[in-house]
Amino acid sequence: MNQEGNQVVPIGGAIRTPNEFRHHILSVLVENKTGVLARVAQLFSRRGYNIFSLAVAPTDDERFSRITVVVDVETAPLEQITKQLHKLVNVIKISEIDPDEAVEYELLLATVSADAATRAQVIELVNLFEGRIVDVGLTKLTVMVAASPSQLDDFEALIVEYGLVELQRTGRVALQKLGKPVVKRKQLKGRVS
Amino acid sequence: MKLTGAQALIKSLEMQGVEVVFGLPGGAILPVYDPLLDSSIRHILVRHEQGAGHAAEGYAQATGKPGVAIVTSGPAATNIVTPLADAYMDSIPLVVITGQVATSTIGTDAFQEADTTGITMSITKHNWLITDANDIPRVVREAFHVATTGRPGPVLIDLPKNVSNSTMEWYWPRQVSLPGYKPTTKGHPKMIKEAAKMIASAEKPVFYVGGGVVRAKGAESLRRLVDLTQIPTVTTLMARGVLPDSHPMCLGMPGMHGNYAAVTSMQKADLLIVLGARFDDRVTGKVDAFAPNAKVIHIDIDPAELGKIRHAEVPIVGDVKSVMDDLFAELEPLQGHFRDISPWRKEIKSWQDTYPYSYDRAHEGPPLKPQMVIERIRDLNDEDTIVVSGVGQHQMWASQYWQFEKPNMWINSGGLGTMGFAVPAAIGAKVGRPDRTVWVIDGDGCFQMTAQELVTATTERIPIKVAILNNAYLGMVRQWQEMFYEERYSEVYLSPDLPDYVKWAEAMGCVGIRVVHPSEIDAAIEKANSITDRPVVIDFRTDTQEKVFPMVPAGKSNDEIVLGEDEL
Ligand SMILES: Cc1ncc(C[n+]2csc(CCOP(=O)(O)OP(=O)(O)O)c2C)c(N)n1
Ligand SMILES: [Mg+2]
Repeated sequence: MNQEGNQVVPIGGAIRTPNEFRHHILSVLVENKTGVLARVAQLFSRRGYNIFSLAVAPTDDERFSRITVVVDVETAPLEQITKQLHKLVNVIKISEIDPDEAVEYELLLATVSADAATRAQVIELVNLFEGRIVDVGLTKLTVMVAASPSQLDDFEALIVEYGLVELQRTGRVALQKLGKPVVKRKQLKGRVS
Repeated sequence: MKLTGAQALIKSLEMQGVEVVFGLPGGAILPVYDPLLDSSIRHILVRHEQGAGHAAEGYAQATGKPGVAIVTSGPAATNIVTPLADAYMDSIPLVVITGQVATSTIGTDAFQEADTTGITMSITKHNWLITDANDIPRVVREAFHVATTGRPGPVLIDLPKNVSNSTMEWYWPRQVSLPGYKPTTKGHPKMIKEAAKMIASAEKPVFYVGGGVVRAKGAESLRRLVDLTQIPTVTTLMARGVLPDSHPMCLGMPGMHGNYAAVTSMQKADLLIVLGARFDDRVTGKVDAFAPNAKVIHIDIDPAELGKIRHAEVPIVGDVKSVMDDLFAELEPLQGHFRDISPWRKEIKSWQDTYPYSYDRAHEGPPLKPQMVIERIRDLNDEDTIVVSGVGQHQMWASQYWQFEKPNMWINSGGLGTMGFAVPAAIGAKVGRPDRTVWVIDGDGCFQMTAQELVTATTERIPIKVAILNNAYLGMVRQWQEMFYEERYSEVYLSPDLPDYVKWAEAMGCVGIRVVHPSEIDAAIEKANSITDRPVVIDFRTDTQEKVFPMVPAGKSNDEIVLGEDEL
């Protein structure tokens, strides 16, 4: 447990969620073919851009996958990144999602020490974050929380108190918020500033 | 009709109109070499796969058609990595086919297995690993489409042995369907209008013309535009000849070893019209200090080039030829209403007159002045001569001192700067344009990297002519050590006599000539020009001390151009 007096030092908490001014979410629709993720990932490293997090899965249409990339834009102008991505033959469409205008979700799985003394508190905390207990051991619980990345940061900072055995986050997926009069989903395809 | 995968591949290449392939067989590609025997396609057997790649590049540059190379898996695939990287940098359409181990053994470290698609991912426009013979015609079709459209470039098809051995039902796809690949070719009309307005009102405009105009086959359109506007024009290393050097508006090469007028006109310009060029660091020098007063109109087929290095006030994505034509149409009605730029032209003219390229012409020799050798080859050949160069001092002198009057006459490795490019690239060029005389201007260092391809040239009766500017040094590196490392020469000496280039040439079936004295230059060139049944190699013994000027030292502003030795 990382604890100094009453102050909780979350594991990597400070760097877990990138500063809202530095990060951008790119939703990249790609062909669902072997090697496409490698092409996207290699492009980032080849051009010196940093990927903060990445989530990928097929879309409802099996021919396509969606890669949600959170980019650390201090490493390169976003425009260059999207233009270079567009040059990949398997990339169909790129949408830049403004974090303020997005629904962002991420999944967290954690195995936490929970003996008789702390078990109730852990369960309460998980409930507060609308999570679930997904596995139960004698002295440990495995819990799952799906929430916004910043809520997960909070949860992580609290749960760490009880003694973390293992923790895994998925990286966020995001979609544009609905019902805005002006949809600020920037279409970047083939366009220049 | 049932075909094997190998037969389908060869048939697909025929369908694409391929006439020549460069290659060398081996285990994983063996099935493909069998139907090649029955094909109309000419195969040129190289001595090293790097040679196949560069030859395909030379072929592509001389003809404007895609170059094709076929090699086997593993070491052959890695041998062709350099040409792929070279072609990627210089936007040369190339289709490389590599053999691969059987799909069942991929990933097991099988004999001669290499992760070819992984290795070449970042140096190809796209690559394909074929796992089903039925995909072959479709992939070949896509490969040629991707290589030759948009910004041209190299592509690679990796073909496992069991796939070429299996059978498929032949078909030829009527069209290409690549949902993620749709290059924009037509420029935005509003932007083009805006560009025309800026051009008409600029006080000190310059056309900054790059290799993209050559690739777009845009020489005619460029010429019309320049004739209409009378705007001074620089042609980068990759664009030499796309506007004739004899054209009054042509300033020639800008950049690190460009001439003073070309470099300075860009520095002083208030408008740069950038046509198929990409602000390479060898052109801009220190970027922050490059053309500080210029607004920029940037026209390129690749959107990623716009704003990559330098912000463009007017960025236009599109095929540069098509955009130039649209721009012409916009500008023509404004004729007579252009701002008078004659003072600007006069200023540039005075720089041209005051600071031409120069060397010590009075020097009697030996040793030979390398610039003089180039001038003599130039003057003893016509303007339809293709010149291919290696990388180094000789390359810069060739670009400076040759007079280029047409596009596709100058073939060199610009972006990657690949030593060893010249001999195989010249072979490819000569195969593509047998009607043209092909001269190689090579360095002694470069020559030693790929000279064995002269065996290919002799065997296949490809009579290229090679001028080695033998200064006994890795001259360009020597120049940097002399100028920037206090003459501490580290590992740059090569020796003028080892190898004996004349004997080496003869051993490879070429005619070998040595020229030591200036009085022998013309006779040697004329002899080389008269030999048309085999390659000729001339060992010109040139001045070790000679340096390339002007020079903008690396990382310095173009304003700090050094004109010659006495300024150091
Ligand atoms: C494959 C490769 N290795 C190293 C270099 C670095 N390099 C650039 S020019 C040069 C010297 C070339 O020597 P030479 O062919 O004799 O030409 P010169 O400069 O003497 O005319 C070298 C080593 C390069 N460009 N390419
Ligand atoms: Mg040399």
